[in-house]
Order: sequence, then C-alpha cells, then structure tokens
Amino acid sequence: MSLSAPGIDFGQPSAALRLWGGRLSARVNPRVLAMAALLALGAVAIGLVTLASGEFQLSPGEVAGALLGQATAKVHMVVVEWRLPRTSLALIMGAALGMSGAIFQSLTRNPLGSPDVIGFDSGAYTGALLVIIVLHGNFYGIAAGALAGGILSAAIVYILAWRGGVQGFRLIIVGIGVSAMLTALNSYLLIKADLKVAMTAAVWSAGSLNGMTLERLGQVSAVLGIIVPLTLLLGRAMRQLELGDDAARALGVNVERTRFGMTVLGVALTATVTAAAGPITFVALAAPQIARRLCGTSGVALLPAAATGALLLAGADYLAQRAFAPTQLPVGIVTVCIGGLYFAWLLMREARR
Amino acid sequence: MTSLALAADRSATARSGVAASNAQRLLWLGLAVAALALVLLLSVAIGSKDIPLPTVLDSLLHATDSDDRAIIVALRIPRTVLGLTVGVALGLSGALVQALTRNPLADPGILGVNAGASFFVTLAVGFLGIASIGGYIWFAFLGAVLATLLVYAIGSVGRGAATPIRLTLAGVAVGAVLSGISNGLALLNPAAFDRLRYWSAGSLTTPGYDNLLVILPFIVVGIGLAVAVSRPLNAIALGDDLAAALGANMLRTRVLVVVAVTLLSGAATAIAGPIGFVGLMVPHVARWIAGPDQRWIAAFTLVLAPILLLVSDILGRIVMRPGELQVGIVTAFVGAPVLILLARRRKVSGL
Repeated sequence: MSLSAPGIDFGQPSAALRLWGGRLSARVNPRVLAMAALLALGAVAIGLVTLASGEFQLSPGEVAGALLGQATAKVHMVVVEWRLPRTSLALIMGAALGMSGAIFQSLTRNPLGSPDVIGFDSGAYTGALLVIIVLHGNFYGIAAGALAGGILSAAIVYILAWRGGVQGFRLIIVGIGVSAMLTALNSYLLIKADLKVAMTAAVWSAGSLNGMTLERLGQVSAVLGIIVPLTLLLGRAMRQLELGDDAARALGVNVERTRFGMTVLGVALTATVTAAAGPITFVALAAPQIARRLCGTSGVALLPAAATGALLLAGADYLAQRAFAPTQLPVGIVTVCIGGLYFAWLLMREARR
Repeated sequence: MTSLALAADRSATARSGVAASNAQRLLWLGLAVAALALVLLLSVAIGSKDIPLPTVLDSLLHATDSDDRAIIVALRIPRTVLGLTVGVALGLSGALVQALTRNPLADPGILGVNAGASFFVTLAVGFLGIASIGGYIWFAFLGAVLATLLVYAIGSVGRGAATPIRLTLAGVAVGAVLSGISNGLALLNPAAFDRLRYWSAGSLTTPGYDNLLVILPFIVVGIGLAVAVSRPLNAIALGDDLAAALGANMLRTRVLVVVAVTLLSGAATAIAGPIGFVGLMVPHVARWIAGPDQRWIAAFTLVLAPILLLVSDILGRIVMRPGELQVGIVTAFVGAPVLILLARRRKVSGL
C-alpha cells in the first residue's frame, strides 16, 4: 500500500491510494479521511460510555475487562449480553442510515433527498400498520410487513418513474405522489384503529432500540456485511454521476445501471434498519449534510456520512436511555431532536464565518 | 448577457408549458374557472343528504323556507367557502415556497408551519386541556408564525440574506425538532395523542363562519402579498446573481414571500389542520400548464388548488356514507395519480 500525491490540483488536498502495486487504487482526500476517522472514533467513544452507564454503573476498566473476556460473570452478562448488542446496533445502523441518505441525496442531487423520496419509509409504515392493526402480529410479523411494504412502494415508485431511464426530477415527483398517498392511508389506519393499538403503532413508527439481542445483532451485521462493501464499490460511479448524466457517460459510467444499483443498495440499507428497529428517521436526512459541512466537501460522501450517522445514532441512543431514566424514550424521537438542534447550530455557525 | 439574449432565453423557457401563448393560457384559465364553478355547486349539492342541483340554484336565488335550504345555508355553504379559502391559501403558499427555495420538494411545511402548529396544538391539548377547535385555532396560528420566524432567523444568521438552500435546511432542522418533541409528548399523553391523530388528518368540518372570519383577514393580506411578489420572483428564478443584476430587491422579496407563506398556510393550517399535498402538487400542475412565469402560476394555482381540495372533500363525503373521510386523507388519493401521470407524460418543467 502506498500513498502518493498526484500532480493534479483538485482544488483540495488529495492523495492517491494504491494497493497491490496499483491494481486497486483510489483518490483520497486526507481531510475527509481524517474527519471520518475522528467521527468514527467519537461514535465508538460514545458507545463505550453507553456500555458503562445504566442502572448498574460500571467503571471504564470493568467495561474493557468485560469486552476482553476478563470480567466476573455478572459484569460480563451486563456488558456483553445486555448492553453490547444494543450499542453495537446503534453504531452500525446509524452508519447504514447515513450511507443510505448520502446515496439518495446524491441520486436526486437534492439535500432533501432521503429514502422516503422513493416512498420507502411511508410504505414500511403502511406495511407495519397493517400487520399491527389488522393481523395483530408479533415482532417478526411487523418486521416482515415493514420490509414488504417499503420494498413494494420503492419498486412501484421506480417503475412508475421509469420512462426509457429514470431521471432524478421525475423520480422525486413520482415519489412525492406515492408517499403522499401512503401517508394518507397511514393516517386513515391510525384514525380507524383502537387508541391503544394506534399508540403501539406510533411507538413503532418512532423507531426504538429497546430489546435488541445478540441474535438480532448477528442478523443485522450479516446483512449489512454484504450491502456495505457493495455500496462502497459503487461510491466512485456515484460521485461521477453527480457531474450530470452526460459527463458521467463520457467518463464511462453506465448511468442507468449505476442509478438502479444505488437505489437498490440505498433501499436495502434502510430496509435492514427498519426491519430491526422501526423507521429511525432524520439520521439519513441530516448525517450527509452534517458530514459535508464538517469535511468541507462539495458533494455528499459515503464514509463521512456513515461515521456521522453512527455518531448521531449512538449519541441519541445514550440520551434515549439516560435522559429520563428509568423512562426509555424511542430513539427516533431523540435522533430528531438532537440531530435537528445540532444541524441548526451548524447552519448558523457556517453562516457566521 | 445582453437584454436581447435574455429575452430570447425567456421566450424559450416560456414555451415549456402546455399553453404556448397568453391567449391559450387565458383559455385554459377560463376552463379552470368554469370547472371551479361547477365544483362549488356540487360541493353545495352533495353530502349525506343529496340535494338536486335545481333545488340548490333555487335556494341560492330565492329565500325559500325548506329543510334543504336550511342545510345549504347552515352547513354546505360555510363548508364550501371554507374549502375555497383554505384551498387558495394552501396552493398559493406552495407556489411561493417552491419559487423561493427553487426546490420541487418544498411545500409550505418546509418553513416549519405544520410542525409549529402541531407543536402548539399538542401543548394546548396536552397541558392546557383545550379541546375545542375554536380554542386551539389561535395556538395553531401562533405556532405556525413562531416556527416560521425561527426558521427564517436561523436561515439568515450571518452575512448576507437567507439563501434558499439555507432556508430549506433550517426548515428541515426546526421542523424535525418540533415534530420530535410533539410526538414524544403525544406518546406520553394518550388524550393528546387521540386528539392529534384526528386534527392532523385535516378536515373542513368546522361549522359556521366564526372561525373563518378570524383567519380571513390574514389570508386576504397573504394573497395581496403573493400577487405583489410574483414579478420579482420571476427574476429570482434566474438565480441570485442574475436577479441582483436585473435590479430585483432580493432581501425584500424573500421577506415578503416568507410573510405571505406564513399568513396563508398558517391560517389554513390553524382552521383545517395540516392538509398536505395541495401546496406541493398544485404548483407543479400549474407550472406544466402555464410555463415558468410566476404570475401565471399564481393565477392557475388560485383556481386549481380549491378544485383539488373541494373535489377531495366531496369524495370524502361520498365514499364512506353515511360516515365521512377527512379531506386531508382524500387529497392525496385524488391528486397523486394526476401528478404521477403528468410526470410520466410530459417533459417536466423543473425549477
């Protein structure tokens, strides 16, 4: 592996990363890489604090010992079996959501782009509502309903927007239409349901990490272990697509195939999270924009967005558990609040400079 | 760029609507007005008790003394007038927001109006125990105004005026925080949750004129402002730098647009709940018919938005007889297919 500075001025410091004698190479921006690493470190640090705190307060040494397998059975159970699944899931699901947001904002070239642009979130909610209200299903039933609803509506939006290719603007408009119908259907279902059932559904729709197990951690990591590398591989073509369809084509990018791949991967990332924890909104919307401001890049980038998403969700989860302890808030409500406040502060700070 | 080139450029973009000339636009507008007139009559005639159109016309023109006339005067006409007013307000504010932010995803809610109104209604219901619509109409309006002010303040911190992109993002941030807090409060308070799920569906069932008279002045001022800014908004559509070069007063235009949007959609949301989609969709349709001139877009929106809202309201009365479906639920099902069809058929005219 070697890092070398190329002789071209990209307007920002950059270096070329070469692996295996140049067979695999990528241009990297040191500031972006450093910032992403810093954000990821921050996310892990928050995760460690979350592992230590709770009803049963632990010292950092005890947490480290438990993670290394050198703690008493009791501490091991609290840290590894009770807290670790939830905390790790917050980190990796946050990263997945951040990446998914970056994909959709790049795809639509719109800072308001999120998986909901393609109808995923509203469709998932519809699926879950039908399972909760009509079938009275359990966790797996709700997850399956959400997945089916989300993927179905995303597919419908994509197909309806297809006309010899999918153009960003048309995708947005069709997505607005389908999402609006699904949202209307959702509020109808909520009104018709019994108050108690409706509140259960509303709690699910806020997104919650309560009751995450080691088993679920295994399932989610297995799925994301496949999707995330594929997403990173597509990242370069995605950046070229931001130049515009014609320029991207001239650079040798297969525009329609890239766009289809991005949509599928973006939906897959969100779908995994939604199935496991309900629709945790706002991370996908805010993380890419926060990351863009921190890194000073012109477009949204995958790695910083993933690191920011992880930091956001891990921090939100800590607050969701501790802010009103012993009352446990749905993490989605906290994400929206702290993410929104931080985003507003960042906007103001950026404007002052 | 010379003025000649600019003029050529303008006429080239102006052709992108369905109607190519002003005469054709007038014809389309005439058709739309006729359709609106028909919809208004139908809205008075159709309901849980259908009244034949001749009887409707008869009761409107002569002071007859019948049950039908009582229904018409006491219920149907107020509801129709409310639909007309709310439709105009929502559509027009949507057209203004999309022109201001140059973003096709922007609806009046993007400036925080719906989130602010919902937040204050949650507070009013959850903590002050206010349960009547007349009671929380002021809370909703106040919430809408305060949220928009906050969004504009955050968007315009620092040097220079609020740019469209910063306004949009500030709206996203403020809206998210407010709706997050409202949702959290509602989940802890079942009574507030119960009322909010009905309020947030949006409906036109407030009886009588009392509430309408409260919000009407705000809407009238809002419409006046919307008409006044439509010319400068045309310049803004060319981009900030070009608009400044053409002599448009950017700051004044933006402030006026934000005020108009707050008045229009704040008042509409206060009385009818957060009815989505009308403000989002109708301006797109108006743009497809009329092309990019903001003055024509405003004119078409003024007529098309109440058509969408009233048709939805009428359908809401029919589909679940003898019950009713809230208009906010129906609008999407009436409008979205039209929007998708248009998006597929025509080369869309972007912003």
